[in-house]
Amino acid sequence: MNLDLSFYNWDVIRNFVLKGFYFSVFLTFVSTLGGIFFGTILALMRLSGKKWLDLPAAFYVNGMRSVPLVMVILGFFLLVPFVVGRPIGAEYSAVITFIAFEAAYFSEIMRAGIQSIPRGQVSAGMAVGMTYGQNMKLVILPQAFRNMLPVLLTQTIILFQDTSLVYAIGAYDLLKGFETAGKNFGRPYESYLLAAVVYFVICYSLSYVVKRLHKKIAIIR
Amino acid sequence: MGNWDWLVFCKDTIDGAVVPSCYGMGGEYTYLNWMVGAWGWTVAVALTALLIALVAGSIIGILRTLPDSPWLVRLGNAWVELFRNIPLLVQIFLWYFVVPALVPPMRDFPPFLLVVIALGLFTSARIAEQLRSGIQALPRGQRYAGMAVGFTTFQYYRYVLLPMAYRIILPPLTSESMNIFKNSSVAFAVSIPELTQFYLQAGEETARNMEVYIGVVVLYVISAMIINRLFAFIEKKARVPGFVAAGGTGGH
Repeated sequence: MNLDLSFYNWDVIRNFVLKGFYFSVFLTFVSTLGGIFFGTILALMRLSGKKWLDLPAAFYVNGMRSVPLVMVILGFFLLVPFVVGRPIGAEYSAVITFIAFEAAYFSEIMRAGIQSIPRGQVSAGMAVGMTYGQNMKLVILPQAFRNMLPVLLTQTIILFQDTSLVYAIGAYDLLKGFETAGKNFGRPYESYLLAAVVYFVICYSLSYVVKRLHKKIAIIR
Repeated sequence: MGNWDWLVFCKDTIDGAVVPSCYGMGGEYTYLNWMVGAWGWTVAVALTALLIALVAGSIIGILRTLPDSPWLVRLGNAWVELFRNIPLLVQIFLWYFVVPALVPPMRDFPPFLLVVIALGLFTSARIAEQLRSGIQALPRGQRYAGMAVGFTTFQYYRYVLLPMAYRIILPPLTSESMNIFKNSSVAFAVSIPELTQFYLQAGEETARNMEVYIGVVVLYVISAMIINRLFAFIEKKARVPGFVAAGGTGGH
């Protein structure tokens, strides 16, 4: 069979693909920030040494990590309207789902990062009279973030790939954009191929940057 | 949400009547029967894909560590980058729709096989990466020792490097095997009748999404736990006395 990509002119890209691309990038960006924020809180809860903080956080994190992302997306889509009290759009639901889901994964990364800081640093902070909050903010977290930066960015690349799973609830993301364009022009095969190429180029370049960054950070240490 | 109706699983899928035994034996087919069947599909997809991933991942992982074969190493690296940087859902669409259209002999492949190839090769990239770092984690002297006693490349991989490398990567291999069960859920998108697909269909038919959802999630969690225990058992059986696997903190 013949592949024909000629229908992909600027109009088609603007009307179908870009809208999805923007949403995928937005979703990745928002859930990375939200995931790191809530993930750090979860990590601190788990490392607090207090059972009533540790146990619920552990339950949440392990629960999220043992359910397939597709099922989490579908579950939130089912549950959030009950909580909010009105029907919500697929895109809105996807944002909430990804923040909640990624928080669990980022919390494990943060936990490993915080634990990678030598005990002496914590003691040194306490010795100069810092409170727990000051110690975390000024001594531990800045170093932990730096140690974890490559892993955090790698997780973000995975997250960008995972955003394609919002397909399950029909949200309009990059993949959906290609699919819609392909269906409208009767060229689904070309569209899927092009989608794969675009995802590959984006993810490969990002992971290349992360690799370079990793080397750079490794040298400084 | 106080009004649960767990009897939904005992209902016949055709006439909706509650079957007393819940699991239909004599011709009745309840939602429980359906769900167990769907679990079977999930297990079949995951295990077959795991087999493909282990075989392909091992070959590629070994290629990437071969001495003096820069082109084989490059081929291995390209394989890993290719399958790692495209979302699984896109890869499944490619294997399910595009490949059969482009490769005529594959037109008659059953959907199950196409999905399993997609999931298997996707995972093979990760296993190849793990095996490569496992082999490279071994002291270089082990390779040289194998060469020194006159082993061929095949022999020192088979008898010296791989037995230790596989033991080292058992913890990440455990989580990858649990991932493959979770990732098998993406097969719903091409209508494989596995658990996620069952949730979508049965949830809509019965309008009891919550109950069906919880049933499906419980089965996913049980599957992950079984795999976890199984690998813990293998790890215990395969342990070499006195050897502590590097970085064996395992599934956090």
